[in-house]
Amino acid sequence: MALHFELVTPAKLVRSEDVHMVVVPGTEGEFGVLEGHAPFMSTIRDGAVQVYKTEGAAPETIEVRGGFAEVGENGLTVLAEHVEG
Amino acid sequence: MASLKELKGRINSVKSTQKITKAKQMVAAAKLRRAQAAAEAARPYAERLSGVMASLAAKVSGDSAPLLLRGTGSDKRHLLVVVNTDKGLCGGLNANIIKAAKAKARALVAEGKDVTFYLVGKKGRAPIKRDFADKIEKHFDTSNVRQPGFEEAEAIADDLLERFEKGEFDVAHLVYPIFKSALAQDPTVDQLIPVPSPEGAAGGDAVVEYEPGEEEILEDLLPRYVKTQLFGALLEREASEQGASMTAMDNATRNAGDLINKLTIQYNRSRQAAITTELVEIIAGAEAL
Repeated sequence: MALHFELVTPAKLVRSEDVHMVVVPGTEGEFGVLEGHAPFMSTIRDGAVQVYKTEGAAPETIEVRGGFAEVGENGLTVLAEHVEG
Repeated sequence: MASLKELKGRINSVKSTQKITKAKQMVAAAKLRRAQAAAEAARPYAERLSGVMASLAAKVSGDSAPLLLRGTGSDKRHLLVVVNTDKGLCGGLNANIIKAAKAKARALVAEGKDVTFYLVGKKGRAPIKRDFADKIEKHFDTSNVRQPGFEEAEAIADDLLERFEKGEFDVAHLVYPIFKSALAQDPTVDQLIPVPSPEGAAGGDAVVEYEPGEEEILEDLLPRYVKTQLFGALLEREASEQGASMTAMDNATRNAGDLINKLTIQYNRSRQAAITTELVEIIAGAEAL
């Protein structure tokens, strides 16, 4: 049971991996994405994307600025203009 | 016939030129690899973005579409964004870009449109000024950073979008080189603003939920798309510059080598001739005794 998560910036593909859950800071509130999420698209506000590698594990946070998130058949794609760390 | 000393001087001078061109070629080859990798790395973002754009643009159309997609409704004033390199020593690259830009400008003028230029990079200034001195809106300087990145693209895009919002132009075209190989870089003219409607949009087979709404997302997305286009152009320019430079310098090095060979032969011949003359003189002197 894994969610394919990709984090892309204009400069490079930052992440492409299978994770348990990702919490994305959407403009209208944070939302968590698990495997099998319905197709969904949202702009994101500046904040931290939290990546849960496995269930219950401590989240890894990645600061992102400007962009949007898309959930499709092949998982979650976050397009961000800037990524810190 | 040049004297021996003169020939020696010329050979040395060509040799030092060759050293310079050779060094520049090797630097360009190393930088080309990096520039190509950067262009490669930027591709996933651009692809995903245009994919999303296509699916959104198909859904939002008509009068509700944002200004950037639908345009101002007229196409009288055109802005040509010309991306040139900052440094020379790259063969005919800049000349080709300028030729393409001028051809486009002339075609637009012939149709009775107003054309203005927005120049990125140093090397486009002088030649465009020669023909369209009063049409240049702005120079955007990219020479103060080592490698133009997304910040520069962002700055250019923000500036362009602000001008567009103020109504300074109706249509913007982007003129930049596309890197094909070290031997070929094609100058290309693309429409930048209004954002051209993507072709063959994958019409919504899946029901996608949008947050906040389709139009809001599109409105947020279009400026990003323009930025990405410009970023791509900067990356292509970087790769093209290094590729063209590598080829040009390779040619220059080879030419210098040929010239050195020719001059060396000439030098040896004159030296031989001088020795022969001297010998003849000695022998003739000895016989006269």
